[in-house]
Amino acid sequence: MKVGIGLPNAVPGAPRSLIEEWSRRADAGPFSSLGVVDRPHYDAYEPMSSLALAASLTERIGLVTMVVIGPLRDTARLGEEAATIAQVSGGRFTLGLGVGGRPGDYTKAGLSSQGRGERLTEQLGDLRAGWNEGGPALIVGGLSDMTSLRIARYADGYVHGGGPPKTFERSADRTRTAWNDLGRIGAPQLWAQGYFALGDEETVERGRTYMRDYYSFTGPFADRIAEGMLATPQGIAAFVRGYAEAGCDELVLLPAVANIEQLMRLQEVLSGVMD
Amino acid sequence: MKVAVVGGGPAGLYCALLLKERDPSHEVVVIERNPAGATYGWGVVFSDRTLSSFREADLKTYEQIIERFVMWDAIDVRYRGEVVRCGGQVFSGIARKALLKLLQERCEELGVDLQFERELSDPEGLKDFDLIVAADGVRSTLRAAHEKAFKPSIQTGSARYIWFGTKRVLDSFTFAFQENEHGFFQAHAYPFDGEMSTFIVECGEAAWRAAGLDAATEDASIAYCERLFAPDLGGRRLISNASKWLQFVTLKNKTWHHDNIVLVGDAAHTAHFSIGSGTKMAMEDSIALVDALGKHRDIGAALSDYELERKPRVQRLQEAARQSQTFFENTRHYKRMEPQQFAFHLMARSGRIDYDDLRVSDNRFVDSVDRWFSSRGPAALAQPPAFTPLMLGSVAIPNRVVVSTKPDYDAVDGLPTEGSLRDLSAAGAGMLFTSTVAVCAEGRITPGCPGIYTDAHERAWAKEVEDAKAKTPAVIGITLGHAGPRGSTKPRRAVVDVALSEEEAWPVVAASPQRYSALSSEAAQIDADGIEKVVEAFRDAAQRAARAGFDLIEVHMAHGYLLGSFISPLTNRRTDDYGGSLENRLRFPLEVLQAVRDEWPKEKPVGVVLTVSDWERGGLKMSAAVATAKSLRTHGCDIVRVVAGQTTARSSPRYDPYFLADLSDRLRNESGMPTIATGDITSLDRVNTLIAAGQADLCLLRVN
Repeated sequence: MKVGIGLPNAVPGAPRSLIEEWSRRADAGPFSSLGVVDRPHYDAYEPMSSLALAASLTERIGLVTMVVIGPLRDTARLGEEAATIAQVSGGRFTLGLGVGGRPGDYTKAGLSSQGRGERLTEQLGDLRAGWNEGGPALIVGGLSDMTSLRIARYADGYVHGGGPPKTFERSADRTRTAWNDLGRIGAPQLWAQGYFALGDEETVERGRTYMRDYYSFTGPFADRIAEGMLATPQGIAAFVRGYAEAGCDELVLLPAVANIEQLMRLQEVLSGVMD
Repeated sequence: MKVAVVGGGPAGLYCALLLKERDPSHEVVVIERNPAGATYGWGVVFSDRTLSSFREADLKTYEQIIERFVMWDAIDVRYRGEVVRCGGQVFSGIARKALLKLLQERCEELGVDLQFERELSDPEGLKDFDLIVAADGVRSTLRAAHEKAFKPSIQTGSARYIWFGTKRVLDSFTFAFQENEHGFFQAHAYPFDGEMSTFIVECGEAAWRAAGLDAATEDASIAYCERLFAPDLGGRRLISNASKWLQFVTLKNKTWHHDNIVLVGDAAHTAHFSIGSGTKMAMEDSIALVDALGKHRDIGAALSDYELERKPRVQRLQEAARQSQTFFENTRHYKRMEPQQFAFHLMARSGRIDYDDLRVSDNRFVDSVDRWFSSRGPAALAQPPAFTPLMLGSVAIPNRVVVSTKPDYDAVDGLPTEGSLRDLSAAGAGMLFTSTVAVCAEGRITPGCPGIYTDAHERAWAKEVEDAKAKTPAVIGITLGHAGPRGSTKPRRAVVDVALSEEEAWPVVAASPQRYSALSSEAAQIDADGIEKVVEAFRDAAQRAARAGFDLIEVHMAHGYLLGSFISPLTNRRTDDYGGSLENRLRFPLEVLQAVRDEWPKEKPVGVVLTVSDWERGGLKMSAAVATAKSLRTHGCDIVRVVAGQTTARSSPRYDPYFLADLSDRLRNESGMPTIATGDITSLDRVNTLIAAGQADLCLLRVN
């Protein structure tokens, strides 16, 4: 299993200089990819343009969105942007799409959240058709059976939204079953993610506070999600091993604190974990 | 904290005493409309895991419970005059009355204010309390007062049941089955105090009406059930408890808390009595609620925590209960089974217990199932069901595992890619299948799909079969198909159901004009001439397959391909002899089957891939699939591979590991047609379970 790192593009207060330094150091480090999240109406950098910037600062590292809320965007424009990032990065880009978890994002954009799943399916087909066999790899997030079906029909793999390896395993099984059912060959790419904050108590608490704020739209779940944040080297080691055993291809660890020290600490921990 | 607990059943009392026990400064009042000694129902059941959670929660209550309870460790299935026992299933029971009494006494000891015979006419009267626990049962008035917030949903079961007690002493959880001229009946019975047992009688609505029980008095119902279950009651009487015939109501709530009101026990959820979990779940709710209140200073946070902790667990139990309930609502379909299989099927009904679990809990029971399955004598050793050969026609399949080659998108002009069957021979399966092979060039899904419509194809397949047979004793099958509206698409490397470019494309046909998916080509309605040509193409392909040395031929009638598009009302809107009634919609598929059967050696079996559910509104359902399977049988089909969905691109699938296996079970046992189960089958344990339980005859293993 490969392990990537998130860019703190949606951690409030991250200066541009940090995004640049983070990208360069990630590229020089052991990480397989650099991931971004999509959070409209928040103190965040937009994911596609963040990765366009990262592409120009890096040579080697994979670039991935986990995930962009597809139905909020115009498909033709999204397809062009994605193709451009794929091209300027020399084929290092993977486009992750999902429907998102906040109905409010849709109303703010003047759209209905009804039928967003069907719109995503249609979007995936149109993106593929627009790229005409080329374009970046496409991965899709979501927990429904329909997610598995739309992956099997139009995409290259699945990206898990977080949580313990066991829940990932169930979704991975569902994805493989759908993949077989629709007569795809090869295997779906299986991606996952988890948040981390490493350091003293104050740093960890800062991470948790961010998580609670970021996930406040989930109501009571926010506390649970914050509790699930990886806060110790041991926790990261167990999480990495759990996902590797569950059949994950690439795990991206997202920072909950925007400080370059976080990247260094994670790098240090991973050097002791990975073979 | 001031707490009002509404409802003095096990959930309410336990919650009250645990709160008071944790913190004596809490003011806790229990409000119950009935008098202290009143109760309905007989015994309640706990598993050993529940008991250990009681021990942790309050030692004294736990000790009083275990002083009074009875334990057993077996499930008996009484059926066709035999008793099949499965051991290692530890449960305990206690009289509901005794449980309530000891909980009430413990409440009083701890200083809980118990107010009996107090009707709560107006929930407004509780506004001085910090927390209101709604433990007032499935028809909770507190929940009803805030229905918009809790959003309860109710599902009513189709079976009728009635609770009795009996002095028949039991040493097991007993399921008894009896059949008479009115129908098929069952009893669920378990001991609870060493002298008495609970005895629930259940049957389908048709049997209930035929027996006149819909109009019977309580005494008449008792007399009827006593006569029916006389062998199981051992001459003991059934005892009334204001017993009425009921339909089971499964309750779920969208949320379990609103402001400072929280639901526990039956007010929050119910699960079918056949898994015996109602009181257990209720008391576990109380433990979780009190734990959460101890963890958080803020009541809202505590109630969220409680709901997050309990809801997923309860949902899993409700899912198991739903499966169990479905089994008990359909037992009449399994009455052809012999006792060993019937009992095994019953044990595995909820999807929570598999072959390997039963092997651990009762080795002898599973040995006896193995022996029965392979028709061995009483002292013999027998292999597990997965390794018991199956005779299909005159073809012996060495074991119950089937594997299929990966789809081939590299064929050139229909010539199969070399070695795909041979590469599967190491899988150890009893049967190997090709992927779908086209009967004509226009019947291919993609330009890279293999076919069997030229002499060159036939020679290539003969070589494939020969190479595979040199390596494995497995039976080798070929699946014949015509892509219909899903034809002329790009090889499925990155996309599925996307049309070829105009230069590469060929015209596609279907039962009625359609476009399969947003990006596939427009299919025209196939005419009578076209139908005849396709029948001839299948006939020709069957001859070639016979000469190539295949042992079994399978006709693909599913997944929205040409023949499947005729069977489903979603895709067949024809007004000629091939459209309309199911009989008409089956006409063309049956003509194809007949043509194949005519050309195929008599001693070799023919199979069909069949969609048993379209997973779509207005689509095919099990009842039509059962009728279809019967027609297929009379046209010479020996086995059906059970699949679902893909009739159109809009079908919403179910990819959980049990769903397709359940469909195979229903088709097999309602129609008598042997089946191949598909879906997410990946372990030998699953194969053994499905085969031993009679849910399928063969299992297609997912190998990726």
